[in-house]
Amino acid sequence: MGEGYETFEHEADMGIRGSGETLEEAFENGARAMFSIMLDLVGVEPEEKVEISCSAPDRETLFVEWLNELLTQASLREMVFSDFKIESLEKDSLRGYAYGERLDKKKHRLKVEVKAATYSMLKVYKNEKYVAQCVVDV
Amino acid sequence: MDKANLRKISDYEWEVPKDGDMNVPVRIFASKSLLGDMDEKVREQAANVACLPGIQKASLAMPDAHWGYGFPIGGVGAFDPDEGGVICMGGIGFDISCGVRMMKTGLYRDDVRPRVENLIQTLFKTVPAGLGSKGKVRLGIEGIDEVLRGGARWAVEQGYGRDEDLRFIEERGVVEGADPANVSVKAKQRQFREVGTLGSGNHYLEIQYVDEIYDEKAAKALGLEKESVVVAIHCGSRALGHQIGTDYLKELYVASKKYNIPIKDRELVCAPINSPEGKKYFSAVMAGINCALANRQVIAHLVREGFKKVFPGADIEMLYDISHNTCKVEEHVIDGEKRTLYVHRKGSTRAFGPGRKELPREYRDMGQPVLIGGTMGTYSFILAGTETGLEKTFGSACHGAGRAMSRKKAKKTWYGERVLKELSRRGIVVKAHSYAGVAEEAPGAYKDVSEVVDTVHNAGLAKKVVRVRPMAVVKG
Repeated sequence: MGEGYETFEHEADMGIRGSGETLEEAFENGARAMFSIMLDLVGVEPEEKVEISCSAPDRETLFVEWLNELLTQASLREMVFSDFKIESLEKDSLRGYAYGERLDKKKHRLKVEVKAATYSMLKVYKNEKYVAQCVVDV
Repeated sequence: MDKANLRKISDYEWEVPKDGDMNVPVRIFASKSLLGDMDEKVREQAANVACLPGIQKASLAMPDAHWGYGFPIGGVGAFDPDEGGVICMGGIGFDISCGVRMMKTGLYRDDVRPRVENLIQTLFKTVPAGLGSKGKVRLGIEGIDEVLRGGARWAVEQGYGRDEDLRFIEERGVVEGADPANVSVKAKQRQFREVGTLGSGNHYLEIQYVDEIYDEKAAKALGLEKESVVVAIHCGSRALGHQIGTDYLKELYVASKKYNIPIKDRELVCAPINSPEGKKYFSAVMAGINCALANRQVIAHLVREGFKKVFPGADIEMLYDISHNTCKVEEHVIDGEKRTLYVHRKGSTRAFGPGRKELPREYRDMGQPVLIGGTMGTYSFILAGTETGLEKTFGSACHGAGRAMSRKKAKKTWYGERVLKELSRRGIVVKAHSYAGVAEEAPGAYKDVSEVVDTVHNAGLAKKVVRVRPMAVVKG
């Protein structure tokens, strides 16, 4: 796994976890972890930038909302994302960008589809670093 | 699972007595060994479901149960709207109306075997599958709205299949109560090119043959003999269903707070069935069900086209189509009184006993065909619903083998290439879109499907009719 992001075990599906020096970084790395389940992130050119904004009742559900909005945009635009940047992060809303390119079955090493990010094992907290995690439905 | 604190009802049924905030007890259907291997999370999640308002009789877990979201996968809960009952996201999931359709080919194993490679290669090309695949059906918002209202009937009207197919689908191919206005534009846009696609993960298309008959009479009613070749399709409502789940996860989170519903797990977000939020979600779920039914109908048509190329004379007839991620309005008798309930089945198949008006006349004496998808390397089964099932589980049974190992561990344990080789050695041809997907779905990552099915049979929830074995598989 890459720096700051990893997957963890769940009996039926897969957990994703992002960490970083800031909450923004943890959210960005969480997105990397989720897309790493879907494909090899190496090999995706960050050619196109897509603006993402979303809101939710609180910070934890906002993390799930962020991930789900990324899945929605990737699916709508028939794109894959490999890099993420959060510009502003409030308690109940965020604005940021996803970078990637058009999905190409020949070029990209695709794995499995993620149906959605869920509230299962959802946690956003700070120990030494900021951490954001949840289970995604595969 | 630790047997301590479980009350033994029979060799195949265990109870977690009502305690604390639980409104009803939990009943787990499992043999001793399945129970021993079952995750503690199943008990915890089923107990959380038992705390939801308006739940009737018991919160149930089927023998293939494992850790899910809110509900265990393999969980069943029935709610009475007149007793404050709720409609709950965790009881339906993100792949609304995911299910299995089986079709008869009129061919026998020896007819198919010499051309099985050609057949599966043809189907692999004909049926879009895998991440990022697009369907041949292209629709706009209005077209999608018609799908959501019309289900499999819409598909037949568009020329995908025959009128006769509809009788062999639950609710004759279209559920009532769907309101496309309650499905977001995003959800519809995501489906523009997804109608008639198989998806990935545990979804598949299989060519199978009947290798064992347990109930001759019921097998005859199904039109199956030993060595009969059938086709099984396992998939759901695709991106539209996933987006409905995503949209309402947030909406129901807000609703649960608004109505002060004491949920033990955030994934159990819900709304009273009789509230505006509950009604809205229900109508979106019905739209999702119709989407899945249309999807499987279009795929069935593509399978027929593929078959025709390899076996020009073959007539592919419907056997049955079931869904295993649903909430449905059904009449059930509780304490001698007929009640209308909202039955949630998350990873559980409806298994109505004989005589129910919902069944096509051909199957009314045998009970509802219960289609159980096993794993690529082992078996699948067809069972028939029973009277006992109606009494004990609101007419519900298991839905598959049930995972026994996480996807991550499966990928560490097996290589996709090697799994394919091993299956090929056993005479099973697999065409897959992703090696990682194959490793995650390796047969060894699942519980023993035979034991799951035997438990359902022995508990009386449904009785075994036939066992089928895979010959060839398309994995998404």
